[in-house]
Amino acid sequence: MTEPDAVSGVDGAAKQAGRGANEEGEGTIRRVTEPDAVSGVDGAAKQAGRGANEEGEGTIRRVTEAKHHEVRQTTTRTITLEVTRYRPGQDSAPVLESFDVPLMDDWAVLDGLNYIKDQLDGTLSFRWSCRMGICGSCGMNVNGEPRLTCGTFFTEFGDGPIRIEPLKGFPIIRDLVVEVDDFLDKLRHVKPWLIREGEELPLTTEHAQTPAQLEAYKQYSMCINCMLCYSACPVYVLDPDFLGPAAIALAQRYELDSRDMGDRFDMLNLDEAVWGCTFVGECTKVCPKHVDPAEAIQRYKVTAAMRSILPWSRR
Amino acid sequence: MTTAYRPPRDHAWFLRNRNYTVFVARELTSVFVAWAIVFLMIVIDAVLNGGDPAAFAGQPWVIALNVVALAATTFHAVTFLNLAPTATVIRLDGYRLPAWMIQGGNHSAWLLISAVIAYFVLRTP
Ligand code: SF4
Ligand code: FES
Repeated sequence: MTEPDAVSGVDGAAKQAGRGANEEGEGTIRRVTEPDAVSGVDGAAKQAGRGANEEGEGTIRRVTEAKHHEVRQTTTRTITLEVTRYRPGQDSAPVLESFDVPLMDDWAVLDGLNYIKDQLDGTLSFRWSCRMGICGSCGMNVNGEPRLTCGTFFTEFGDGPIRIEPLKGFPIIRDLVVEVDDFLDKLRHVKPWLIREGEELPLTTEHAQTPAQLEAYKQYSMCINCMLCYSACPVYVLDPDFLGPAAIALAQRYELDSRDMGDRFDMLNLDEAVWGCTFVGECTKVCPKHVDPAEAIQRYKVTAAMRSILPWSRR
Repeated sequence: MTTAYRPPRDHAWFLRNRNYTVFVARELTSVFVAWAIVFLMIVIDAVLNGGDPAAFAGQPWVIALNVVALAATTFHAVTFLNLAPTATVIRLDGYRLPAWMIQGGNHSAWLLISAVIAYFVLRTP
């Protein structure tokens, strides 16, 4: 590519797509066939100025590639990404916006979103960090299923289109970004740390464990807090007071740790905790780390039932 | 104040995904499990009070209902027993018993108990 990129040439500038007032209901798709007329002005705000949206129901706003960009493409094929857009304070409900991005065999959905952000519309908001399934921040609904977008590849979807929506069950802050406060409160609630009682041992004291003791809880310690299990759980989506899969698995991670002396019975043996679970099992299916939160919950149900029958038995 | 968008409650959530639909179907079969218990109590009551249990059980609508109930309770039992390994982690000498062994044990025990009951119910006195 010899011509400079019209979009990425905007160094450090806020790009305003100016989608205008959105009167459409949820589920409407905008369609715009012309690419945004954008100009590369260093340090300047880019105004696409799309103005008030007067399109009818069922339309798709289609943004094709910016006319000129720096990415060296090895393919001329494209795939359509239908992406949820929501601007707080302006949009009454989220709408879908359609973007055509290069169909690269080695691209994950997250690469497609980054392409949109870098080349087509810098106002698109989404979370990501590690790009390798570790940070847990890139979870979104991909074709209706909660997935890590950095680990979900275009090759899975043929010629597309691929629909990318925010994780279901959480309030939407903007575009694909959801509110995580409730989830973090729930994690905190189960006291996710080693609780020790009795004498204060020197900080240098080692708490050795056998491989079997490590094995007892290791699986539950692999959670990356991606929230996919919450999004897949119909109980949580219908009743946000439900403690939820990851928090209960996290509690089990400490309950089953030989070094932990705490007791989380009172916070787990509740209708809003393990007994709220109806064992749909979707949390386990979508978990990218094989934590198996459904197992953690069912196992604690057995523990809680045994303790209710045999009150003297601890764990 | 937050301006976050809160989606309305989705009343048709169980139609959104095949696994949700299977789950709801499994839960609904509980109704037939309840019917099987009611039917058993009616039959026992008839036997104890000198009535004819066959007169009730032989009615066409009861037969039809019981055929459906048999299918539903079998589906319920199979899916229930298959889920059992999730709640029971059995370790033998550090080796975790695989799910198929627990499921196999459950199904074998179920068949054995059913066979014993069938033997006593079906034998001609
Ligand atoms: S349990 Fe699995 S799906 Fe749930 S937050 Fe942890 S890693 Fe994500
Ligand atoms: S970006 Fe970190 S898990 Fe996907």
